[in-house]
Amino acid sequence: MAARMMPSRHDPIRRRDETAIGISVDGEPIAGVEGQSIAGVVLARGRLAWRTTSAEGRPRGLFCGIGVCFDCIVTVNGERDVRACQRRASDGDVVETQHDELPEAAR
Amino acid sequence: MSPGAASASSAGRTVLVVGAGPAGLAAAKAARERGASVILLDSADATGGQYWRHLPAARPSANERALHHGWSTYTALHAELDRDPGCEIVLGAQVWAIEQFGAAPGATPDAAPGADGERTDAAAAAAPAPVAVHVLVGLPDGTARRGRTFRPDALVLATGAHDRTLPFPGWDLPGVFTAGAAQAFAKGERVALGERVVIAGAGPFLLPVAASVAATGAKVLGVYEASRAAALVRGWLPKPWQLVGAAKKGGELAGYVGSHLRHRIPYVTGRAVVAAHGTDRVEAVTIAEVDADWRSIPGTERRVVADAVCVSHGFTPRLELPIAAGCELTPERFVRIDEGQATSVPGVYAAGEITGIGGVDAALAEGEIAGHVAAGGSTRDADLAAAIGARRTFTGFAARIEAAHGIRPGWTSWLEDDTIVCRCEEVPYGRLRETREATCASGLRSMKLTTRAGLGICQGRVCGRTVEELIGAGGAPGALTVDGSPSTSATTDRRPIASPLRIGELAGRAPGDPGGPVDPHTITHRPSEKGHP
Amino acid sequence: MITDVVIVGAGIVGAACARALAMAGVRVTVLERGAAASGTSAKGEGNLLVSDKGPGAELDLAVYAASLWPNLVAELADELGPAFPPLEYERKGGLVVATTDAGAAPLLAFAATQREAGVDARPVSVADALALEPWLNPAITAAVHYPDDAQVQPVIATEALLASARGNGAVVRTGVTVTGATREATGRITGVTTSEGDVRADAVLIAAGPWSGEVAGAMGVHLPVKPRRGMVLVTTRMPHRVFHKVYDGDYFGATQSSDAALQTSSVVESTAAGTVLLGSSREQVGFDERLRVDVIREVAGKALRLFPFLAEASVMRTYGGFRPFMPDHLPVIGEDHRAPGLWHASGHEGAGIGLSLATADLIVAAMLGTTPPLDPAPFGLDRASLAPHLVGETAEPEGEAA
Ligand SMILES: Cc1cc2nc3c(=O)[nH]c(=O)nc-3n(C[C@H](O)[C@H](O)[C@H](O)COP(=O)(O)OP(=O)(O)OC[C@H]3O[C@@H](n4cnc5c(N)ncnc54)[C@H](O)[C@@H]3O)c2cc1C
Ligand SMILES: Cc1cc2nc3c(=O)[nH]c(=O)nc-3n(C[C@H](O)[C@H](O)[C@H](O)COP(=O)(O)OP(=O)(O)OC[C@H]3O[C@@H](n4cnc5c(N)ncnc54)[C@H](O)[C@@H]3O)c2cc1C
Ligand code: FES
Repeated sequence: MAARMMPSRHDPIRRRDETAIGISVDGEPIAGVEGQSIAGVVLARGRLAWRTTSAEGRPRGLFCGIGVCFDCIVTVNGERDVRACQRRASDGDVVETQHDELPEAAR
Repeated sequence: MSPGAASASSAGRTVLVVGAGPAGLAAAKAARERGASVILLDSADATGGQYWRHLPAARPSANERALHHGWSTYTALHAELDRDPGCEIVLGAQVWAIEQFGAAPGATPDAAPGADGERTDAAAAAAPAPVAVHVLVGLPDGTARRGRTFRPDALVLATGAHDRTLPFPGWDLPGVFTAGAAQAFAKGERVALGERVVIAGAGPFLLPVAASVAATGAKVLGVYEASRAAALVRGWLPKPWQLVGAAKKGGELAGYVGSHLRHRIPYVTGRAVVAAHGTDRVEAVTIAEVDADWRSIPGTERRVVADAVCVSHGFTPRLELPIAAGCELTPERFVRIDEGQATSVPGVYAAGEITGIGGVDAALAEGEIAGHVAAGGSTRDADLAAAIGARRTFTGFAARIEAAHGIRPGWTSWLEDDTIVCRCEEVPYGRLRETREATCASGLRSMKLTTRAGLGICQGRVCGRTVEELIGAGGAPGALTVDGSPSTSATTDRRPIASPLRIGELAGRAPGDPGGPVDPHTITHRPSEKGHP
Repeated sequence: MITDVVIVGAGIVGAACARALAMAGVRVTVLERGAAASGTSAKGEGNLLVSDKGPGAELDLAVYAASLWPNLVAELADELGPAFPPLEYERKGGLVVATTDAGAAPLLAFAATQREAGVDARPVSVADALALEPWLNPAITAAVHYPDDAQVQPVIATEALLASARGNGAVVRTGVTVTGATREATGRITGVTTSEGDVRADAVLIAAGPWSGEVAGAMGVHLPVKPRRGMVLVTTRMPHRVFHKVYDGDYFGATQSSDAALQTSSVVESTAAGTVLLGSSREQVGFDERLRVDVIREVAGKALRLFPFLAEASVMRTYGGFRPFMPDHLPVIGEDHRAPGLWHASGHEGAGIGLSLATADLIVAAMLGTTPPLDPAPFGLDRASLAPHLVGETAEPEGEAA
């Protein structure tokens, strides 16, 4: 295990009434709660990486968490380059991970 | 479209505030108290900024305040503005560009005649800020956001800062985060980024991060502060009362120490994470002792098993909007402001972290002054005395932070040739160095364009200053004499497009409708249309 | 005999001239007020086009230049070794399309005149155009394919030319502003005055791009170079969907027009980084660098006419520069008949990257008295088309350029 969501029953701020939602990431269904960012949903399931870099094919996920670094971008319902840490997950969102290859001509 | 005389008197003044963090909230409130109508914009879908980041309304909790300092200050500010019809809060509002209109004739139509016979100093001061603020409202990175353009009488920029992380081998592995990410996900998501967490870097910010991470139930293995105890003493001790007496900030720090004791979190100075290890995710880090210049001391390396590493070495102000508006910067690269938080551009004010890293109390004080003056008030007004006093105190705090925790040049000793410097374009340190040598250390622009460092989708937000330092290092002649002028265009802070937007949005077309322009962009919004019947 | 040359400006034109002269055995000093490649050469695109020029002197120069690039790229790669970044030279070809019914016939007629001048300009059916560019708007009305259009990364090219020049003995000094000329009693120019002291030379070559008029003025001669602003948009990296340089036929009208008002015509191309460049605007606003949203909005709108799929692509950056623009749309290459010892290589407008190598060859031939590769007369400052624009022999009043 790595990243995870704090269980609400242990949370000192006493969270309540969370609404379950479901999204899919590359076809795999993932459960979350309303109000989480897409990155939050994925991280809460312990998954740290989703993008693959263009040049070296390295895994990337969350880095800055506040919309600055763009490491976390995903395609949401067909829209590319959406920062997963900024976009709230909506029930039924279809998320695809991105790997944008460099054109042939490069290097 | 022009309310004419109304815009010349402070009562009808419209103040646009960008950023709803502590500084922006305080500015909006002060401007309202001074009688202006206010529009408060933030790209986030809640107010509060970085400091008061909280769970969204969809995830209610009984005791949110447990995660925050000054929570009641926030809720009071927010509630007051939210119910005030003279303040329009626009969330999900990404400012993507600011256009300047110089003194060119005809550029300030709203200053046109209206209040005959009174067009003296007051009228000049009331001339609208020579800027147009372009905003897209909707889902973050959406494709069909609504365009709005504002020409306010006064503009207050309060865009804050983001944390700066220096590169080290393995910092691009999943599981390595900025400390801000840990903080944001602890407060805004209730997600722990790991089970065994190392927190490292420099600055007092590491302490609240450790506290928040511990409060998500993760084990914080330690807080590793690169500055050595001597620097901390130098920074904090000449005026020890600032640590305790400078009031809330000192008290807050002490609180974190307490929280550390509760969670038994070691706080170690003169140590840095100099490498992260793992294949597809971080599995361990190397922590080394560093000297006063942050150079790692050979033989002191220690490997620690961890599944999350949160690293920040300070903050970088978000300067793209002030630069776009034409504001001058200080040599330390913050927005230059005067007594009344006015920038070099008439009608444009700045507050909060973009004027100096001073923490929440400085941001609140500056915001209050900026909002008050932007609305037509004066720094001599009695109701500003407290804010001006507070600002004085906390400006000292910023200097303390810099003296104690400022980045030292020896960090480059952590780099290997294959250490990625630019994360977006995957430019390794070795390539930067080779190119610098092959081209005899040309200017920054040329280095960026030859190596692609800083040209990726984050537009150098993460690596820009690092690249500047790496190519400026070695003191090659002309290394940073860029573009023939030492102006802001010479740095990586300049980003005329402050956030990516869709070409369809830019062109003013609805998606899937390449034929018909719907042009939602030309709405020239006069806030007096709302709330001031 | 010219043995010492001072070149003002380390843009691509100065760099190409420096290399060519140094290789010919001349002692070269390049003086640059900023950093190398910090001017226009870092603020445009790297199209090496034959397709946008009608028959005439500029086309001849472009065709000659196009023949030089492949060799140059190979030579530089050998000379500079693998540590030097590649120039990203690619002969990807251009596809020029008409987007309106009215635009179709003029485009095809224009291509026919180019064919007569020896350009490989192949009209293609809309279906064939879509085979070349599957994502192109199927509503186009005509298309011409130019296999010889190429592109290069202009900053890397400039740096490589400078590195090679240095390797051949040239000295490149950055952070040195040229402030005027030194002269003999006869009026012959003998060197330059700079922010760092005087530098002597047998010949002074002004290659200061859009600032050449300013530099010439400081030396007491008038040169009618004006800045013509251009803005480009850069998308984020995306799957490869634009394979040629694709532009609309209006481009030709915009390059050849002298109208000061805003004009945009669309040029869409992908880069080796996987981004797509959308260009560009043309506007005479002096050296005003401020962002104009209506300008980039128009550039975006025109690009969508070519590639509707771009509507959902993201723009992450915009940049622009000032094309060095001559009133008769031809560069000035050669000695100044009014001031012996003073030479010009300026005014290439939107084609200076492509034309730089050919310009350098003309300069070398003229300075060393060897046979020029093509007739230099059309580029002389004393050409008839420029006469009405040359004002006396003194500097224009300050602010003319601004
Ligand atoms: C992730 C993070 C967490 C932090 N947590 C703490 C903490 O716990 N304790 C502490 O003492 N300090 C913390 N800080 C430091 C913090 O920045 C300051 O204490 C305080 O928040 C500064 O207030 P501000 O109003 O200047 O800026 P911010 O609070 O940063 O507010 C700026 C606001 O401007 C908005 N904005 C920026 N650009 C645009 C744009 N182009 N268009 C629209 N809106 C825009 C942002 O969304 C943001 O809400 C944190 C910093 C970061 C980066
Ligand atoms: C948006 C845009 C798109 C373009 N697209 C293309 C294209 O696709 N293909 C193409 O071929 N061309 C293109 N161009 C045109 C091309 O960029 C220029 O023609 C070319 O860069 C000019 O090069 P230069 O060396 O003459 O000038 P510059 O690169 O401007 O170099 C001149 C140098 O002189 C220096 N200087 C100025 N004054 C002084 C002084 N007093 N002392 C010392 N140094 C001084 C400057 O700092 C500068 O570095 C484009 C231009 C723009 C703006
Ligand atoms: S993690 Fe940095 S933008 Fe999302």
